[in-house]
Amino acid sequence: MKRCPQCKHAYADDSLRFCPEDGSKLVTEAAPGATLRYSQESPSLEPTIASNMTPLTPGTSAQPKKKPYLPLMIIGAVLIAALVVTWILLRSPRPGTSANTPPPSSGSEPTGAEPSHIRGNANAPVTLEEFGDFQCPTCGVYYLELKKIENEFGDNLRVVFRERPLIPPHEHALLAAQAAEAAGLQGRFWEMHDKLYDDQKAWSEAKDLVPVFVDYAKQIGLDTDRFMKDLNGEAVAARIFQDGKRAHALNVNATPTFFVNGKEAKDDQWKPAGLREMIKQALREAGK
Amino acid sequence: MSFPSGESQHKLAWPFLVAALLSLIGLGDAIYLTVQDLTGQSLRCTIVSGCSEVLSSSYAHVWSVPLASVGAVAYFVVFSLAILAAFGYGFARPLLAALVAVMFLMTLWLLYLQAFVIHHFCQYCLLSAAVTVTLAILVLITSRKRRPPGFYAP
Repeated sequence: MKRCPQCKHAYADDSLRFCPEDGSKLVTEAAPGATLRYSQESPSLEPTIASNMTPLTPGTSAQPKKKPYLPLMIIGAVLIAALVVTWILLRSPRPGTSANTPPPSSGSEPTGAEPSHIRGNANAPVTLEEFGDFQCPTCGVYYLELKKIENEFGDNLRVVFRERPLIPPHEHALLAAQAAEAAGLQGRFWEMHDKLYDDQKAWSEAKDLVPVFVDYAKQIGLDTDRFMKDLNGEAVAARIFQDGKRAHALNVNATPTFFVNGKEAKDDQWKPAGLREMIKQALREAGK
Repeated sequence: MSFPSGESQHKLAWPFLVAALLSLIGLGDAIYLTVQDLTGQSLRCTIVSGCSEVLSSSYAHVWSVPLASVGAVAYFVVFSLAILAAFGYGFARPLLAALVAVMFLMTLWLLYLQAFVIHHFCQYCLLSAAVTVTLAILVLITSRKRRPPGFYAP
């Protein structure tokens, strides 16, 4: 017989070492054969010795039938289920970002703003189309990697940039896209594109963006009066809208999203290694 | 191993069963975020507000290990301890309380980071925070419960 020195509960199971109530170490209370009970007459919590009572042994009506393996079986089942779910999610295409399956690029989608912003050989056999957000930190990091990829593949690759400002969460993404497109109307899209990514952290945290972007426009040699006029003009808005229609049709909900000759870089193909492999595959298909 | 009797056992077990169910929600959430991290999807910006900023931040990893995977392990341990406690294994209760306390403090720290350092909130992280706060409340409830005197008297 054991008793908890803290809560005063008595336990018949001598193998028990700690109180199930408060975790205190149990102490041996009485000789074998005797059992403890709380006095029904006295309000005191002190137990009395009642050696003539039936000992509390496993299997008596005072204790339910033990099922020591049931909790372990439940825990084991949940562990196995968790591992299976993880495995399935890891193997399923692009978990989470597109529960609704993106439609394959059939070529019948809206073309996006025309003329497109193209960098590289306009007649290259492989087209890498990027949907980007100037305030997206990953796009900011990736743009440097993309330049390396452009250098590696040279004339075999042309890069097309499409606007996909994500609002939310990027509150300044739309104005940044407008700045890039306004620069594009003066033939300096890529210069503004690079400037916005290079200084992304600075302008992302600025309170008043327009003076910052006007300063960038000056730095890349734009007519700032025209830039200011175009920034909120219809031509710029129309280009962003056209790119948005294409992004919507292709179910582009994340940036950067890449298409290589119309084929989306899914799963982890969007990472540099995967993208390089896709470009090489496209080159092989083009017989290069 | 000692088991309390039927009706009273049920009264004592329900907070642990609720805790076990809650921890399953937390486990599912953490597994999802871990998979997002392992596949690189958490690095991309999405229309799901704030998640990419939070999950691609330097605070999302502990020595290159996704914090979400640490959370998944923690939720699984919480589930295991809650089940054991519900079945009357007394040793599980203080361990559960200690683990939930650590998770609660960690949750406060992560909420602070989202609000004041990263300046973005990820709803999956907020779901996890809600689960942990509820777990902490449940643990508080169970710590205040006391079995009535004479419970084991025949």
